[in-house]
Amino acid sequence: MEYLNILFSETYKILFLLLPVLVSVAMIVWLDRRIWAFVQKRKGPNVVGPFGLLQSLADALKYIFKEIIIPASSNKIIFILAPVVTMTLALVAWAVIPFSEDFVLADINVGILYIFAISSLGVYGIIMGGWASNSKYPFLGSIRSAAQMVSYEVSIGVIIINVLLCVGSLNLGDIVLAQEKIWFVVPLFPMFVIFFISALAETNRPPFDLPEAEAELVSGYQTEYSGMMYAMFWLGEYANILLMCALGSILFLGGWLSPLDIFPFTMIPDPLWLIIKILFLFVLFALVKAIVPRYRYDQLMRLGWKVFLPISLIWVVLTSGYLMYFDLLPKN
Amino acid sequence: MPAHAFFFYIFSLIAIVSAIMVTASKNTVHSVFFLILDFISISCLFILIGAEFLGMIMLIVYVGAVAVLFLFVVMMLNVAQQKNQWFGAASGSRHIPIGMIVSLIIFFELLIVIGGWKLKPDLTNDFINLSTSGVTNTHSIGNVLYTDYIHLFQLSGMILLVAMIGAIVLTFRQRSGLKRQSYISQISREKNDGVELVNVKNKAGVKIDV
Repeated sequence: MEYLNILFSETYKILFLLLPVLVSVAMIVWLDRRIWAFVQKRKGPNVVGPFGLLQSLADALKYIFKEIIIPASSNKIIFILAPVVTMTLALVAWAVIPFSEDFVLADINVGILYIFAISSLGVYGIIMGGWASNSKYPFLGSIRSAAQMVSYEVSIGVIIINVLLCVGSLNLGDIVLAQEKIWFVVPLFPMFVIFFISALAETNRPPFDLPEAEAELVSGYQTEYSGMMYAMFWLGEYANILLMCALGSILFLGGWLSPLDIFPFTMIPDPLWLIIKILFLFVLFALVKAIVPRYRYDQLMRLGWKVFLPISLIWVVLTSGYLMYFDLLPKN
Repeated sequence: MPAHAFFFYIFSLIAIVSAIMVTASKNTVHSVFFLILDFISISCLFILIGAEFLGMIMLIVYVGAVAVLFLFVVMMLNVAQQKNQWFGAASGSRHIPIGMIVSLIIFFELLIVIGGWKLKPDLTNDFINLSTSGVTNTHSIGNVLYTDYIHLFQLSGMILLVAMIGAIVLTFRQRSGLKRQSYISQISREKNDGVELVNVKNKAGVKIDV
């Protein structure tokens, strides 16, 4: 009986977290398209609902009623599993994101490692989809994507080490609380820039959207997918983008903390601050998509391994040297 | 704790079944996927005994990096087409003695580990003290790894580095006739390097040396 009670209360909490995430994913797709159109002096989706806000809902309905086509030569189980894996992993990682000091679903000790592990598992959805389709474009796209995500994970890992050196804990709540005096974006600004660019590459966003470069690969690993399975890939991708924005705002922009601890800022509740920061980062993501042209594959690899990795490694040495010399290392 | 035991048995069952499926499945890509499932369930077992740091590192290193490279190799070499014939095939009997020897060696190694643990049970007391004294196990691993065992830690790092360099040297081939792009020469190119203005005399033409 006790187990059942725990089960019900936990399910209630999970639903309370997941439904807003799913709804905001739909809204964020609309925002992305609107910003994209705004930069290019178009109107973007503006027909369905006020300002076209219900466009994503209409799209979702369309996808639900479309036929799901499974290629005859595909590996059926893995083909169906791939979008499921992508979407599940993108949603599961939200469990540890802290919206305020005590508003977090799972307050675990190794929260940042958990997010890192889940985001590195995200490659599998893409590889599985590309391989199981048994077709050339998806396969090439998934190989590209896997190489790209593995490369940029390395530099994201090293950047996270920089932040952890200043915090002394792997708990996401502790990371936010360590920024009460100053947000890490100020002392670690170069790392924030590199994190932002690596997050673009990690989520396969333009200018690093080589896995689905439509000019070369049709649409990469998603080519053979249709209907709801395509929509799941799509939702998982945007949930991942939101997650990366949330991670960026927790690591560098002070999570739920308000910029100044004075009256007009303290009016806004903590979770709203995190949401504002996530939205700010997402608008940057969307602007980059509209402005920057696509990278070539060798340029992408060079940027990851020969530029970002050395710079962030050197920065680790600098940060730890500074903290050692001035005796600022966090102790407990 | 019945719930704890329940999850332990579920994860260990998945781990064992998927480990068997790694060797038994016909398709090589499926084997790698089962290997990934095995890694994940073992990291779940780590988390169940309270070693969450090890569990997460297991996920990041083995599942996030090593298994991706496995998949890469398996897919690129297209070994998925060659059916795995260790089980059931007539020629499979050749492999069985070697497999037996390897598994015997692993079995004896396990015996030695368990024997040492039984002989000197206070060996694990330090770890238990660390894990119950309120510090997270990330802190306790760090405290031990970077103080008492720093030399072993550095040594293992060196071994990995040597292995990595060795792999690069073995597979590196100098290919001739490749056109490489030099970013510095591209950026530092100026007008004078690329364009030359020549006064051409009428009906005399101009000689261009390329």
